[in-house]
Amino acid sequence: MERFDAIVVGAGPAGSAAALSLARKGFSTLLVERGRAPGVKGMFGGRIYAWPLDDLVPEWAKDCPVERFVVRENLAFLTEDASLTVSFDSPKLAQGRGTSFTAVRAKFDAWLAKKAQDAGAMLVTGIRVDDLWREGGRVRGVSVAPNDHVASDLVIIAEGAASTLVRKAGLKADLEPREVSVGIKETVELPPETIQERFGLGEKEGAAYVYAGQASMGLRGGGFLYTNKASVSIGLVVSSEDLSRKKVEVQDLQTKFRMHPAVQRLLRGGKVVEYSAHLVPELGAGMMPQLSTDGVLVVGDAAGFLINNGYTFRGVDLAIASGIAAGEAAEAARSAGGMSKMNLAVYEKFLRARNVLTDLERFRRAPLYMKNERLFDVYPRMLMEIAERMYTVDGSGKERLFDVVLDEASAANVPKLKMLLDLLHGARSM
Amino acid sequence: MTDVHVIEDKSHFHGVWVFLEHRKQSLRDVSVQLIGEGRRIADLRNTILTGVLLGNRVDDLATYALGYGLNRVIIVDDPLLEIYRSRPYAQVMAQLIRRHKPEIVLYGASKNGRDLGGRLHAILETGLAADCVKFDIDAEGNLDMIRPSFGGKSLAHILCKKHRPQMASVRRNVFVAPAHDPSRTGEVVHESVELGPSDVDATLVDFQEFTREGGLGPEEADVVVSGGYGLGDPKHFAMLQELADLLGGAVAASRKAVDSGWVPKMLQVGQTGMTVRPKLYLAVGISGAVQHLAGMQESKKIVVINIDPKAPLFEIADYGIVGNLFEVVPEMIRQLKALKGGAADARTAVPAAAR
Amino acid sequence: MRVIVCIKQVPRAQELQVDPVTQTLKRVGVPSEINPPDANALEMALRLKDQHAAEVVVLSMGPTSFDESLERAVAMGADRSVLLTDRILGGSDTVPTAYALSETIQKIGGYDLLLCGEETTDASTGHVGPGIAGHLDLPQITYASEIRVEDGKVRARRTAEDGTEWWETTMPCLCTVNFGCNKPREPTLTGKIRVERGGVVTHWSCAEVGIDPKKVGLFNSPTIVAKVDTVRLPTRAGRIFSGEPEETVRQLLDSLIADGVISP
Repeated sequence: MERFDAIVVGAGPAGSAAALSLARKGFSTLLVERGRAPGVKGMFGGRIYAWPLDDLVPEWAKDCPVERFVVRENLAFLTEDASLTVSFDSPKLAQGRGTSFTAVRAKFDAWLAKKAQDAGAMLVTGIRVDDLWREGGRVRGVSVAPNDHVASDLVIIAEGAASTLVRKAGLKADLEPREVSVGIKETVELPPETIQERFGLGEKEGAAYVYAGQASMGLRGGGFLYTNKASVSIGLVVSSEDLSRKKVEVQDLQTKFRMHPAVQRLLRGGKVVEYSAHLVPELGAGMMPQLSTDGVLVVGDAAGFLINNGYTFRGVDLAIASGIAAGEAAEAARSAGGMSKMNLAVYEKFLRARNVLTDLERFRRAPLYMKNERLFDVYPRMLMEIAERMYTVDGSGKERLFDVVLDEASAANVPKLKMLLDLLHGARSM
Repeated sequence: MTDVHVIEDKSHFHGVWVFLEHRKQSLRDVSVQLIGEGRRIADLRNTILTGVLLGNRVDDLATYALGYGLNRVIIVDDPLLEIYRSRPYAQVMAQLIRRHKPEIVLYGASKNGRDLGGRLHAILETGLAADCVKFDIDAEGNLDMIRPSFGGKSLAHILCKKHRPQMASVRRNVFVAPAHDPSRTGEVVHESVELGPSDVDATLVDFQEFTREGGLGPEEADVVVSGGYGLGDPKHFAMLQELADLLGGAVAASRKAVDSGWVPKMLQVGQTGMTVRPKLYLAVGISGAVQHLAGMQESKKIVVINIDPKAPLFEIADYGIVGNLFEVVPEMIRQLKALKGGAADARTAVPAAAR
Repeated sequence: MRVIVCIKQVPRAQELQVDPVTQTLKRVGVPSEINPPDANALEMALRLKDQHAAEVVVLSMGPTSFDESLERAVAMGADRSVLLTDRILGGSDTVPTAYALSETIQKIGGYDLLLCGEETTDASTGHVGPGIAGHLDLPQITYASEIRVEDGKVRARRTAEDGTEWWETTMPCLCTVNFGCNKPREPTLTGKIRVERGGVVTHWSCAEVGIDPKKVGLFNSPTIVAKVDTVRLPTRAGRIFSGEPEETVRQLLDSLIADGVISP
């Protein structure tokens, strides 16, 4: 029977990061991916925050398949036909540890998996691990079929949000997920020159957009847009509960969003070449899964390391950081005598050190906040009215901003106190 | 044991041969069909047509075979050749061919024919073109062996320019059988070859004949009702059988239906199955992969029933119905029954309310 | 017991494309697979391995891109594989192919059973298997849908046109395997790991095997493709009926009766 020190199940960012980390620390590592290549089955919003790469692959900028480095962040409020966009432009965005870039998962995942291979991990694709292999009540490896087992002291579950191994390992991702969101994404092809001209970008520069308001037709959620080299990723994150309650078809929602004049202006002439929609379970506040047990660690989306900030998901950086932490935990456990539950419990400490858990805990409140419907309907409208009145000069007398704001606030029919509280909550949640 | 690698001058080779496959004291259809085509080629080459018959006590059969238009039949009669076996048959054929040097040898592409041709062409180190659909003679007198190139979308012309004999296999029902005329005569020649019990290396230990439950198979029937993946379930083949019975035909299937385990492989029509050329080919729930077309595209009339108007099979249909086969086929059965019942107007639509 | 399985890598069936200019199969950039009947032959061999602890060696002849299929065969459970690869083999028809494979099989040696698929999905001649048997002067059983090894003998079930035959012969012998007679197994994780560890595919050139260059390649092949025509199928009436079944069926039957295809 084949045997390894560690088997990582899933060659997404979390898995490959873990495998790379483990291989470097001298663990004989097997990385098993069910798709025919890493990244083929991966999906995400479109942008990766690069800070964990600085730790894991310091020279990453040399050969990492970056689409564009994000140099401009945009926040747009939409009503049926109008939009109000706030744009933040700063060279600091693409410098230092705060750098983020847009990417194509198939290329990025393949790159990171190759790094793991270069460090000595063995990559096998096209195999779906069915279960953990147990002997004497302990996890001793993985099993694909009755006669197809591979032994290891440690199994790292990096299967993604729909992981079955987490349950089979007895690590219930705690109870049922509190929230289920639907992530929808389309890829729209546009020539690089067009993208650069339309978005005002240089050759390697990119822009990120976040959309609130009528982007999701009043359903709780929001939209996003990222510029890749020769395409634009555009999509929505919406509450699945709202979808079924309001009986809206996911594809219709996406099409309406894409056809909004403010969006169309950016995508005109582009060809939709890809479409995907996924259910993403999220844990509510106070629900961290059990992250380790005898011979098992969980990383990435499988561990729920996913932040839904209302407009998009942020998970790739957390996945990579958790992979690094898993490698560190394995090393510590090895020194302490073995991959027991007690020794592996140190994983949480490493996660905290890399701010994986802290960010999750801090942003736990965001989804609850997002339940505040006023955020998606009333407030964007209010802002729009204010903007319209601000920008309309038609000889009927110009008003002062302060008066306009108060006026619109009254017109919105929301008690001023409530508005203040919302403002406060929002500030604290974000 | 292979030939020494010297190519003999092809002017030493004359005559067209047809390998005559037989069972139960009669010739296989494909062999008879090849005699007809062989006759045509022999005439073009201004040479004689010889049938080669290997077996045990096959004199009568040889004489009978002459009635199809052979000038001559060469017989090798030996109890060891009673049934087809690869090694002894190949050895005998090799000896005969080296002795007589035919220019052209034709085989039916039956299981045994392909078994034999494949083995023999390596022993003789000469060319063999499989599954030919047409023959011509080119300007240099070579046999132009024409066969479908992938998927039947093209026809490839195969030539065996330097090596002899030129060999080709042909599937059943590509050519039409000539009429049998008992008054036609010719020569029957007995040949002896080196053959001993040690050459017989395989034993037939069991044989279970297929019993067709009455009726003809798809390769013989005038009407073929063929079912595909669109049927969704093996039980729906019963409906096709009923339709076939009404039309006096046989049921066949596409490869997908066979691969799904719904019907046995012997019903498969297509590149890796049977070639059929019935008067009427009715395709039910078959989309029309190119490999399927190769097995039925020469049917006289092709009728396609499919729910998808873009199914490729419609492109070669004489008639088609775009519709749900689970409604169309029962309706066909109903109307055909009414036809048989004699009342032509009973075919008029039954009002919805009455159904 | 040693079983040698001959396989060929072919363009994936659904993806077969004809290059409109050269009228030959597009092979570059098209996904490949093990020729499906050869996969059935391989499965047959692997079952014999399960039952008799046989050694399964997989053999192929072609460009180095065929490594993909040989690796897959090992990932499915074969013990090792050999690729006869040499530019001088290019353009070989079935005569040189059977000869070259036979020589390679003799170099591997020690075999009890040779298996191939009944034919390939790209060329569909079915000649190479029997050709090898002819070269090596072995008993051959074609279109075998089941093979058993009992008392040092091979028993094979053969589906012929008229019925099912059971043949028995001594080893060594060659069998070609009936397309679709079994379900080829999936590669295992253990198998794929073995492949990753390396050393499962051996490359041999013609010189290493001792193959006579004057007996292989395009110019030493008895047959050539002189030209290719696009098929002009007879144009068909193409009358498609749509609507309610009663109406469409009536129109269809009327047409067929008028054509004299079915009797009124």
